[in-house]
Amino acid sequence: MQDRILLAHGSGGTMMRELIEELFVAEFGDEALRRMDDAASFELPAGRAAMSTDTYVVSPLFFPGADIGRLAVCGTVNDIATSGATPMFLSVGFVLEEGLPVEDLRRIVVSMREAASEAGVRIVTGDTKVVDKGHGDGVYINTAGLGVIPDGIDLSGSYAKPGDKILLSGTLGDHGIAVVSTREGLSFSTDILSDAAPLSAMVAAVLDAAPDARCFRDPTRGGLSSALNEIASASGVCVVVDEASVPVRDQVRGACEMLGYDVFHVANEGKMLAVVPADGADAALGAMRGAPYGEDAQIIGEVIEGTGGRVYVDTVFGARRIMDMLVGEQLPRIC
Amino acid sequence: MCLAIPAKIVSIGELNMAEVDILGVSRHVSLDMTPEAKVGEFVLVHAGFSIQVVDEAYAQETLETLKQLDIVGDEIGPPDAAESDA
Amino acid sequence: MDLNTGFRDPEVAKRLIDSIAATSRTPVKIMEVCGTHTVAIAKNGLREVMPDSITLLSGPGCPVCVTANRDIDTAIEFGRVPGVVLATFGDMMKVPGSYSSLAREKADGRDIRVVYSPLDALRIAADEPDKQVVFLGVGFETTAPTIASVIRQAKLQEVGNFSVHSVHKTVPEALRALVNDPEVKVNAFILPGHVSVIIGLEPYRFLASEFGVPSVITGFEPVDILQGIHMIVQQFESGRAEVEIAYKRSVAPEGNPAALAILEQVFEPADADWRGIGVIPGTGLAIREEYADLDAAKRFQIDPPEVKEIAGCQCGDVLRGVVLPFECRLFAKSCTPEHPIGPCMVSSEGSCAAYYRFTDYGRS
Repeated sequence: MQDRILLAHGSGGTMMRELIEELFVAEFGDEALRRMDDAASFELPAGRAAMSTDTYVVSPLFFPGADIGRLAVCGTVNDIATSGATPMFLSVGFVLEEGLPVEDLRRIVVSMREAASEAGVRIVTGDTKVVDKGHGDGVYINTAGLGVIPDGIDLSGSYAKPGDKILLSGTLGDHGIAVVSTREGLSFSTDILSDAAPLSAMVAAVLDAAPDARCFRDPTRGGLSSALNEIASASGVCVVVDEASVPVRDQVRGACEMLGYDVFHVANEGKMLAVVPADGADAALGAMRGAPYGEDAQIIGEVIEGTGGRVYVDTVFGARRIMDMLVGEQLPRIC
Repeated sequence: MCLAIPAKIVSIGELNMAEVDILGVSRHVSLDMTPEAKVGEFVLVHAGFSIQVVDEAYAQETLETLKQLDIVGDEIGPPDAAESDA
Repeated sequence: MDLNTGFRDPEVAKRLIDSIAATSRTPVKIMEVCGTHTVAIAKNGLREVMPDSITLLSGPGCPVCVTANRDIDTAIEFGRVPGVVLATFGDMMKVPGSYSSLAREKADGRDIRVVYSPLDALRIAADEPDKQVVFLGVGFETTAPTIASVIRQAKLQEVGNFSVHSVHKTVPEALRALVNDPEVKVNAFILPGHVSVIIGLEPYRFLASEFGVPSVITGFEPVDILQGIHMIVQQFESGRAEVEIAYKRSVAPEGNPAALAILEQVFEPADADWRGIGVIPGTGLAIREEYADLDAAKRFQIDPPEVKEIAGCQCGDVLRGVVLPFECRLFAKSCTPEHPIGPCMVSSEGSCAAYYRFTDYGRS
């Protein structure tokens, strides 16, 4: 096989077949995939299905702690998990840039296989396209996921009620800062690793301990603020976060201070928010802390009366201010 | 004005460049404006430059004074009258 | 002690808040000059814990907000020159000029790059010798010396493809314009801590001696800001007017002589156009003749289009503290962070953005 991706790899001919067989099928190793049919078929348990799709365009492709492949699996797994479903099947669509080293693609694919294995999902079908050099930023990956929601589970961001507690599974901002630390022109170094991780086991554990949980959200782009603002808005309630209780690593704090970033706006790829009724909060917290990736979980706030859909922060000085939503993108500032 | 944060000088290299540490984040900054800064001192970092050495003794003193502030009546201006101006 | 967290101690803050409340009797309008102070006050909810006698007004200390439309239009024109990389601080990207913004230009394919330091811009020039790197120099006396240092380096290292377009401004004479403005009613100033790191206390002396306005050089952590307000209230209540330093750990009365020397070597005073205020003589920083070959305005023939001012925008009044952001007719209606009309709403430390993002004022 070539050492670089060429346009021919996307044209449906022998080179594409070789790429699929020798790289994708060989590495993903799934029996449905191996059949190379245009559609994968599999047994789906009875019940309400949950489906989600997301496209991953992160640059650079490899960053401290993870890569675009791990992100592409974990992101969709986590979105499915927020519905309460166990994620079972994934599809993968690749848009490859002409000239991409095949070794890089292999690394990404192996990373996806490992993440899928950890999450207990099967990658059953895929697609490959190649675009001209100068387009596609190396690789874009779309994943779509399918799962089935167990009976009796009904979650929604519109179910939050005053008095509910808000749990966060761990430290904020790790992923966003890990990625930004690689951007040229910013030149700083940290030990911060992306937190990209599959959280379906955590969600299942929390649901087990607190079956009345209202909803889950993974605070990805737009950070904690976007996730909370969406819930507040959908449920027609207000939310207040206790600033002192939000876990943030020192290095992330330092990087945010240096760049002028708001840690509430920074993306996370391995964290989960849970909104649970007050009487189930302690059990939910215990379950979260006992689950993989949840050891730093905290109760960070609660749902309060008010229909404005506002999210507030109680600062350490006893003042209350608004947690605003990110507008546009965060850029490093000097002011 | 603008964002400047205290960072500890970890090492000083050539051409007045130093490696500094901010809560575990390390960066290279220019010491052009603080040529006398030493390893172990804290400097204010702005736009990739150290703009001042932070006087830890003053910091300590200020905090101590504020901690003992009487709710009514205490003057908390600088103890040294020569600092202020009328 | 931890320099980062020590000045965020909630107990010390509480003492100061209580002391301010106990001391302040007479209504006093305090202007926080610096945009970074505006954001720090909003983010920590400090306005809410002030007694009713104290009004905090935001001033023109956001170098992004006070950049005139024409200067943004000019920066955009630099970016349109083929082969030019326009390097800029992130703060400037979204600010609207007469017709466009740097962010929009980047979306249109111009080579516009965000850097954290002017040193990074110089590195781009070294790494890409076939490009002309133009650095947009924005900022007050805190930032201008860093650009001056890089200009010196570029000249010393004979970097031929690097130049700077300076729209830098200086603060003290702008404050003079404010106290001379009959529409501006300010009783005291919270002076910008990091500008003062560079320039020291001397340039502000006239505020107290000529105009009797209490002024305190203040840091940016919550305890710093409360200490500054406390010192102002004490002066005001006792009828004193002095220029004092609260931010003693970073500000020396003489400022930073090394930084001032670098600044003076490369820049000289010029007139500057402050959005909303107009031209204030001597508040600009122009590149001196000796460094003319690094002046982008001299290297390139730039002809910006005719300036178009934004109808209805009251940024100028907000910047002078004449109106509070939510008193602007457009605030939270046609002017929001998603659809900003003026720079006060779009800048990361603009007063309108700070009010909109962190408070409920002016909203239903």
